[in-house]
Amino acid sequence: MRAPPALSASAPRNWSRDSVSALSRSASSSSSATAAAAGMSASSAFSDEKGGSASEPEYGHDPASGGIFSSDYKRHDDLKEMLDSNKDSLKLEAMKRIVAMIARGKNTSDLFPAVVKNVACKNIEVKKLVYVYLVRYAEEQQDLALLSISTFQRGLKDPNQLIRASALRVLSSIRVTIIVPIMMLAIKEAASDMSPYVRKTAAHAIPKLHSLDPEQKDQLIEVIEKLLSDKTTLVAGSVVMAFEEVCPDRIDLIHKNYRKLCNLLIDVEEWGQVVIINMLTRYARTQFLNPNVNESLLEENSEKAFYASDDEEDEDKKAEAASVVKRKPYVMDPDHRLLLRNTKPLLQSRNAAVVMAVAQLYFHLAPKAEVGIIAKALVRLMRSHSEVQYVVLQNVATMTIKRRGMFEPYLKSFYIRSTDPTQIKILKLEVLTNLANETNISTILREFQTYIKSMDKDFVAASIQAIGRCATNIGEVRDTCLNGLVQLLSNRDELVVAESVVVIKKLLQMQPEQHSDIIKHMAKLIDNIQVPMARASILWLIGEYCEHVPKIAPDVLRKMAKSFNNEEDIVKLQIINLAAKLYLTNSKQTKLLTQYVLNLAKYDQNYDIRDRARFIRQLIVPTDKSGALNKYAKKLFLALKPAPVLESPFKDRDHFQLGSLSHLLNAKAGGYQELPNWPESAPDPSVRNVEIPDWSKCSSRKDRKEKKVEKPFYSDSEGESGPTESADSESDSGSGSASASGSDESGSGSESEESGEETESEEEDDDEEEQKKKRKKLDKTKAKKPAEESAESEQSSSAEDRKSVRKVVKNQKSASESESESESSESEDESEEESEEESESDTSNIRKKKTPVSKQPPKQSKKESKKETQEMSLLDLDDFEPAPASASVTPVNFLSSSLVSDLEGLSLTDAILGPTTIAPSGAIKMYELLHRIKGEGLAVDYCFSRQPFSPDPNMVAVQIQFTNNTNSEIKNLHIEDPRLQSGRRIREFAEIEMLAVGDSVTVMMGIDFCDSTQAANFQLCTHTRKFFASIQPPVGELMTPAFLTENDFKKEQGKLMGMNEILEKLTLGEKCVNEHVIVERVTATANLSRVPCGSDKECSTPPPPPSVPVYRFAGKTVSSGCLVLVTVTTKEGGGAQLTVNCEKMVIGTMLVKDLVLALSQ
Amino acid sequence: MIHSLFLINNAGDLFLEKHWKSVISRSVCDYFFEAREKAVEPDNVPPVIRTPHHYLINIYREKIFFVSVIQTEVPPLFVIEFLHRVAETFQDYFGECSETTIKDNVVIVYELLEEMLDNGFPLATESNILKELIRPPTILRSMVNTITGSSNVGETLPTGQLSTIPWRRAGVKYTNNEAYFDVVEEIDAILDKSGTTVFAEIQGVIEACVKLSGMPDLSLSFMNPRLLDDVSFHPCVRYKRWESERVISFIPPDGNFQLMSYHISAQNLVAIPVYVKQNISFFETGSSGRMDITVGPKQTMGKTVECLVVTVHMPKVVLSANLNATQGTYNYDPVTKILVWDIGKLNPQKLPNLKGSLSLQSGAPKPEENPSLNIDLKIQQLAISGLKVNRLDMYGEKYKPFKGVKYVTKAGKFQVRT
Repeated sequence: MRAPPALSASAPRNWSRDSVSALSRSASSSSSATAAAAGMSASSAFSDEKGGSASEPEYGHDPASGGIFSSDYKRHDDLKEMLDSNKDSLKLEAMKRIVAMIARGKNTSDLFPAVVKNVACKNIEVKKLVYVYLVRYAEEQQDLALLSISTFQRGLKDPNQLIRASALRVLSSIRVTIIVPIMMLAIKEAASDMSPYVRKTAAHAIPKLHSLDPEQKDQLIEVIEKLLSDKTTLVAGSVVMAFEEVCPDRIDLIHKNYRKLCNLLIDVEEWGQVVIINMLTRYARTQFLNPNVNESLLEENSEKAFYASDDEEDEDKKAEAASVVKRKPYVMDPDHRLLLRNTKPLLQSRNAAVVMAVAQLYFHLAPKAEVGIIAKALVRLMRSHSEVQYVVLQNVATMTIKRRGMFEPYLKSFYIRSTDPTQIKILKLEVLTNLANETNISTILREFQTYIKSMDKDFVAASIQAIGRCATNIGEVRDTCLNGLVQLLSNRDELVVAESVVVIKKLLQMQPEQHSDIIKHMAKLIDNIQVPMARASILWLIGEYCEHVPKIAPDVLRKMAKSFNNEEDIVKLQIINLAAKLYLTNSKQTKLLTQYVLNLAKYDQNYDIRDRARFIRQLIVPTDKSGALNKYAKKLFLALKPAPVLESPFKDRDHFQLGSLSHLLNAKAGGYQELPNWPESAPDPSVRNVEIPDWSKCSSRKDRKEKKVEKPFYSDSEGESGPTESADSESDSGSGSASASGSDESGSGSESEESGEETESEEEDDDEEEQKKKRKKLDKTKAKKPAEESAESEQSSSAEDRKSVRKVVKNQKSASESESESESSESEDESEEESEEESESDTSNIRKKKTPVSKQPPKQSKKESKKETQEMSLLDLDDFEPAPASASVTPVNFLSSSLVSDLEGLSLTDAILGPTTIAPSGAIKMYELLHRIKGEGLAVDYCFSRQPFSPDPNMVAVQIQFTNNTNSEIKNLHIEDPRLQSGRRIREFAEIEMLAVGDSVTVMMGIDFCDSTQAANFQLCTHTRKFFASIQPPVGELMTPAFLTENDFKKEQGKLMGMNEILEKLTLGEKCVNEHVIVERVTATANLSRVPCGSDKECSTPPPPPSVPVYRFAGKTVSSGCLVLVTVTTKEGGGAQLTVNCEKMVIGTMLVKDLVLALSQ
Repeated sequence: MIHSLFLINNAGDLFLEKHWKSVISRSVCDYFFEAREKAVEPDNVPPVIRTPHHYLINIYREKIFFVSVIQTEVPPLFVIEFLHRVAETFQDYFGECSETTIKDNVVIVYELLEEMLDNGFPLATESNILKELIRPPTILRSMVNTITGSSNVGETLPTGQLSTIPWRRAGVKYTNNEAYFDVVEEIDAILDKSGTTVFAEIQGVIEACVKLSGMPDLSLSFMNPRLLDDVSFHPCVRYKRWESERVISFIPPDGNFQLMSYHISAQNLVAIPVYVKQNISFFETGSSGRMDITVGPKQTMGKTVECLVVTVHMPKVVLSANLNATQGTYNYDPVTKILVWDIGKLNPQKLPNLKGSLSLQSGAPKPEENPSLNIDLKIQQLAISGLKVNRLDMYGEKYKPFKGVKYVTKAGKFQVRT
């Protein structure tokens, strides 16, 4: 901005004067520098035009010259002129000067008409500055501001999203009531804009409109609701902000978006994170149960036992005990856990506000055992700016009262430096005092000792009080503290002495008998101490314990009587008290003195003292008129007074949400939302369930995102899909997410895997089939018996050994069966019917065997399944799962129990996948089982879900997705006639009764491939047709990840040398340049887990040369559990060496082939 | 949230105001001035001040008070953190954040503030985005702008805000691709009179200066990552990678930024590089005192201690100091009562010593407390915790960048009690 002096030399005189005068009126002289610069550069341009003649070079630098006298309206003429010119540079210069004036708080409202004309200016900077001006003054000049509206309306239709956004931003920022309808319309439109950035701006505009016209609230809530369901991180923070400002009490709007918000949280920008976390804290308080409920009950118990009378106590105890029993099995809602888990990484944020937000969330929501993790992060914040320190310490002080143990390891971080600002010192002292207990008190006291010598007297006083508090709270050190404080009485600094006196007084009240010598000592001090509070304290002590110092007390009173007139009011009151007490105990010696004092007080200037004197005289001096109270005077004055409790000023502050302004001020700030209490019983958790189509969209969006950005942030696949996916499947089902994300890739990889062992299978085909036929016959005969049995049971519906579940299942089955029979009896031959029965009975048998515990869930699920076939699939899945204990534990409804089990499964996979950096879903390929055309409208796809197949760990889980593309319903989908090699087994999925038009269903089945890649063949039957189907596993799917450490890996590798080791050299494909790609490729090809390296590097004996990265993967075959170890060593220039160690050589060779193919692509 | 912002200098002049909602009269600052008066030291102004209708949240930085006006409940740290971010942005733009630079660049300041907050809610705070929106001033550009009348506002609309990596600007190009990392560790310690460590910990930061073209994906690994007790990251760092592999993997912002900060807690043994022998005493009579300070090396890992400075906050009664330094120079400021002894390089053969007498105000009682010493020092080529960067890998781009790592140890809040 500095203009070269040569240019300013040619400035015309009147011009530069005006320009300077406009700006230089601010008080400080240095500020004129900018003004001058602006003026100069502007005028230079101006002079170019007019060919300036006059010269007055340094004029601009002198603020005192001329300009001040020119009047206001004239003053802006030049600016107007510049704004009216058709040169952008002039306009810009004018706008710059105007903005500078605004910044200084000068009134430039008279320029409004001239400025508003430029709103349509082409120059971006001029436009921006005009916006700044508009936003500042539109409120004052509403009519004129309307002139600009049409420009913004045009801007709202611009094809460029950034221009749309900025138009909306300014439009909503000019506070002109008349355009409320226009704003409303614009916001609504922008809320459904394509661009997330525009939607974000719409979210920002909501609170603006709300503050302008609160009557629009209902409509705005609709917009908020809409935006809350937005899936982008960009919008999330802003819309929650709007929610907090417009309708913080509409907690019901959050339900559906809760899980999404939790999952997006880590990718939201910092400021949004703070707002969302604070909101979620409140939300969680209304929706979940108190995780510390048992603890708090115990506390209550003990307190009650202490205070209550015996009878009550008994009753209470019973009641409490009952409630403890009733509530004991606390199971954390998975959503509650989700929140805690997803916020935890944010403790590592660089933004103090985010860290604090997470800390308060944990403090308010986490189980006691988990709160501790926030301490470290909070202690870290103490290194930050002093303002941050101040706020953090305030919150730590509150936390230390409730959870002292949490900060105890960090005691030393709260030690005080002489250079700390006083307010920080005092807060640290507070924390130290709160942390003091029997074990650390000696170190703390030693520390306090050094503080007392500080030069900062306020701090010293606070230290003495802190010592007093430690002494009252910890009995063991009371005497030591007292001695220390008494020593302080001989301190040279009067303030220290005075503060000590006050504290000693409080301590003495606890055990006055033993300390008469201290009281005597203090009585002597009264001659020297001038601080009124201290004098008053000493006098009160002597009066209170005058029996202990019978000789000294009257003498002190004598002295005080002499100096009465010169004392402070507070001291005078205590003198009167002392006199009264002495009169009652020792009237012989002090009668006259007391009378004298009371007489003096009677004529005191202060009416309080006069009143007190009158009152006391009536009370203690017996006269004719004195009433009944006289008798009780002694009781009144010498009653036993309870010792004062010295407590922290931060006690009970935690009823304010920590980290809030209200907490800091210990008073409710405007707009503060109370932190609700925990509910007695948890509200229905199913409100947070989201319909499937919704979130499958969400996951596909994620896919898109991942594709767009080659490496997603925070998470190369593992990070993001780790938490988010797990959460997704928590919310609904793993199968759904896998299918949704996998379907994107379907079709891509289906050809490649068939290559492996076709030759082999062809050779064996014949034998195989024969074998299969034999087996089938056997199976059939076996299966017939149970089938018959079941048929019987159907007839005698009251059979007592049948479980209710089965009944329901059966009933439904029979219904559908009869239907299908009636429809299709002609077309279907006998065998098929038989097999139908067979498979059915099989499934029911399975159910009977596997799920004796989980009767409740399937029952309900079946009901549900009628409504939504999609959901049925996941619940069916659930059926297979050996129901975890949690299912029987809580009265929460079936979905949540399924969630619990899902969660458990997930945490399991997490443990496996944690260190491996693989995204399971990303790697899953979809294969085609039945093409849409071949299947006459029924399309069947399958994939290897890579999840452990829970009913049988030796089976490979295969996830099958049926899609009905016909025009009619497909019924009775089931598997039939499996032709398998010996030893192989299949566990079919439960029959799908009906598949509505256009619907798709996902089921799980398990196949034991016996560690061979030969296809499993079977027939897929509908009520009308049969299709031949075969599932052929790529070799990589025959294994499950195994977790090994690097050392274990090497050990195992050593055992599998020689024949079991296959080496292969290859050149890496072009894209295999970095670690992620290699890891991704390998894990996509085979279901292996990465062996973590790095941390082990130091200890492993021969450290690999750092220039050669080595990637290790481990797994074991599903059915026999043989170890599969893969090592990829990359070399310079794209070369690499692949080593596979596996006991099963066939698997090894095939795996090598596949991996080479994958890596060299 | 944030309603208005006022900038006030140390003398109490209000030199800039910005409102994001309706205008609030600057008279609201009177409450601040009152508190400022009461606090004596600027450090002691309470960060949150309550007024009848508003709350004032302020920070003090570079001799400027940033006073923001709040009307409703908001997390105070939110505002404080934001204000610091504003100050940092100014520093980033103008080289320093001072009253003069702010006044000189008032229009840019205003444009920045306009972009950083929308209706009081933070909008764009990443410096890479802001720099796309509003170009930082350079002397050359301001010259050109004056002549041609062009502007500081970016011609192109920033797209960084729209991407998933908002911290990096798009289309970065350099001819020399280089990435430098400075590992800076500060020792916070309190030593007591006898020289034993009361408390010591290490605070480290890794400052990065990354000038790489395109979209590089970097990963930085350490020889001994387990040393790091508590870490905080720039938002660009993938947290999951750190959790699972202890590798810092990130797509860096363009230019200077703080990659991470870490903390090595008091539980670990912290090497204290110097020891101080001191004897400060004041005589009961004669209103004078004696001072004798010697500094020597303790655990320096064979490196030289540089920039050694000892600062003493003397008691108020000390009028002047008559000392003799064997090395370096000392300076006593009788107004602030601060004695600064600038030693420079520490020579282990000949230990620096400062000895002499102090004269006190006559008649005043001798001071209670001996002043504590604050030590400042610097050791090049050493991270005192022993942290070592193992390697830096770059993915996603073809070229070979120039990489560099530098270690420095400094004294943080290093205090010796006497």
